[in-house]
Amino acid sequence: MPEIIIISGKGGTGKTSLTAAFAHMAADAVICDLDVDAPDLHLILRPEIKVREDFHSGHEALIDPAACTACGLCAEMCRFGAVSNPPTGYRIDPLKCEGCKVCVQFCPAAAIRFPERHCGEWYLSSTRFGPMVHAQLFPGAENSGRLVALLRQKARDLARESGRRLVLSDGAPGIGCPVISSLSGTDFAVLVTEPTPSGRHDLERVADLCRHFKIPTGVIVNKADLNPENTRDIQRWCETARTEFLAALPYDPAVTEAMVQRQTVTEFSADGLSTDIRRTWRRILELGSRKKHPSQ
Amino acid sequence: MIVAVASGKGGTGKTTVAASLAWVWDRPVAAVDLDVEEPNLHLFLKPDITGRETAFMEVPVADESKCTYCRACADLCQFKAISVLGSVLLTFAEMCHGCGGCLAVCPEKALSPGSRELGDVSWGTAGGRIGFFMGRLRVGEAMSPPLMRAVVAKLNQTPHAAAGDVIIDAPPGTSCPAINAVLPSDLILLVTEPTPFGFHDFRLAHAAFAPLGKPMAAVINRAGLGDRSVQDFCLSRQLPILAEIPFDRSLAEAYSKGRVVAEALPNMRKVFVELMTALRGLAETPPQRKAAAHA
Repeated sequence: MPEIIIISGKGGTGKTSLTAAFAHMAADAVICDLDVDAPDLHLILRPEIKVREDFHSGHEALIDPAACTACGLCAEMCRFGAVSNPPTGYRIDPLKCEGCKVCVQFCPAAAIRFPERHCGEWYLSSTRFGPMVHAQLFPGAENSGRLVALLRQKARDLARESGRRLVLSDGAPGIGCPVISSLSGTDFAVLVTEPTPSGRHDLERVADLCRHFKIPTGVIVNKADLNPENTRDIQRWCETARTEFLAALPYDPAVTEAMVQRQTVTEFSADGLSTDIRRTWRRILELGSRKKHPSQ
Repeated sequence: MIVAVASGKGGTGKTTVAASLAWVWDRPVAAVDLDVEEPNLHLFLKPDITGRETAFMEVPVADESKCTYCRACADLCQFKAISVLGSVLLTFAEMCHGCGGCLAVCPEKALSPGSRELGDVSWGTAGGRIGFFMGRLRVGEAMSPPLMRAVVAKLNQTPHAAAGDVIIDAPPGTSCPAINAVLPSDLILLVTEPTPFGFHDFRLAHAAFAPLGKPMAAVINRAGLGDRSVQDFCLSRQLPILAEIPFDRSLAEAYSKGRVVAEALPNMRKVFVELMTALRGLAETPPQRKAAAHA
């Protein structure tokens, strides 16, 4: 069962609009939104939530003011600058607390509690294109890598139970923790970029990351007509970078119009950009379904 | 004054705004790229880089000859970075958050400080007058906040920090990296676009940053696209909209050529000079009691 992820390095290149269109094209997929910080796919797919679960990850340190002897050892040992000492007594800033337990372990007065941290929620839903797994971290929460790993597991389980043959995921921007967590063991990564210096720069870094994890990739240049020269440069770069140039898609106002209507661009209009998207999806499916060579 | 340019959704124009603001800023200023996963500010400001350092964080190195396999380190570690399996001590440097707990708890002094490479910090000058600082995360490194702290530490070591203003280009999102990037700021400027995705992530970012109690304001990029949800939301939350940048192909083309739009387009220069003035007005008037209302 192939797992295909759409990522981009740079944000705002059109990952989610394309993932939504691919979800429309794919007849047999479990859909998964792995951008748990700022998920948007649900805005188009309008999932009906069937199961809602709390997500807990790690712990946070809390000083009990009644038990604190104000020795200051916690502040001294905290590497994250999370302990402050205002006139009201020592306290831990939850936004800076890493949840490492060092203060809890070494507090001579045992005055620091260490409750689990409630970081967000995750959902099993149904959409007009099939089942969907998604989540929402609470604003400012951390540990999105663990939530990404959890969602991927749920999506695989759901695909197995429902006999679906594909997991299609929308990824997060960047190359850090959540993206790394979304890549391990994925069969194919679609890298969506735009013909700008930042699009190109971020594409190279995310492609590097995929090579690091030995994930085969293909590239889509979105809004390609904005700068045809940069688009050609990216196409040439793909040849040297051992990644397939999948498509150059033109800027099309239908993408935003469809978004405002809460539709995929392929539902909004059957021709134009949608024809290119359909063709691109067929190629992605071929590449994503290839058996991995044992030596790779 | 330290301004953090942030957004929930990626690709709304943070770097466009940060670069143009730095370009028109008429006092000493440093532009700081804290989007260390995908730094882009240098592609537009094109700084002369005068210094570069590799940044590291502390991770444990084990001396098994001293280890008694008491498991104190493994029991304390919250990140599965150290484990004891029978009589084997294993450390996983890439999982370590650098809290130093294992080193402090080991009764045999069997662990000593080693290091893991986070990426590099570089600095220089753009346009002959804008101080420039950036971090670039090593590909494969999962944690960006430690490198962001290294960039801020470098900034604080230089005369820029004391003498001038600072403009921070923050990473997208609403979780730990985004929060870490705006923590040093006096004012958060949220850049959004008036589309359903833009609006949804804008609300998330607003909710994430509001508890910090810092003044916040919005810039609407690609104004004219989508609908008016962002404007209505700003009005209801008394969030000032300091600039609206029109949805305009010539702007997108200038960006695609790596130009600073305030330099390339005279009408944009005017927009950013007005934005600078408005930001100062906001930063230099006493804060209202909004922070308390959000807390």
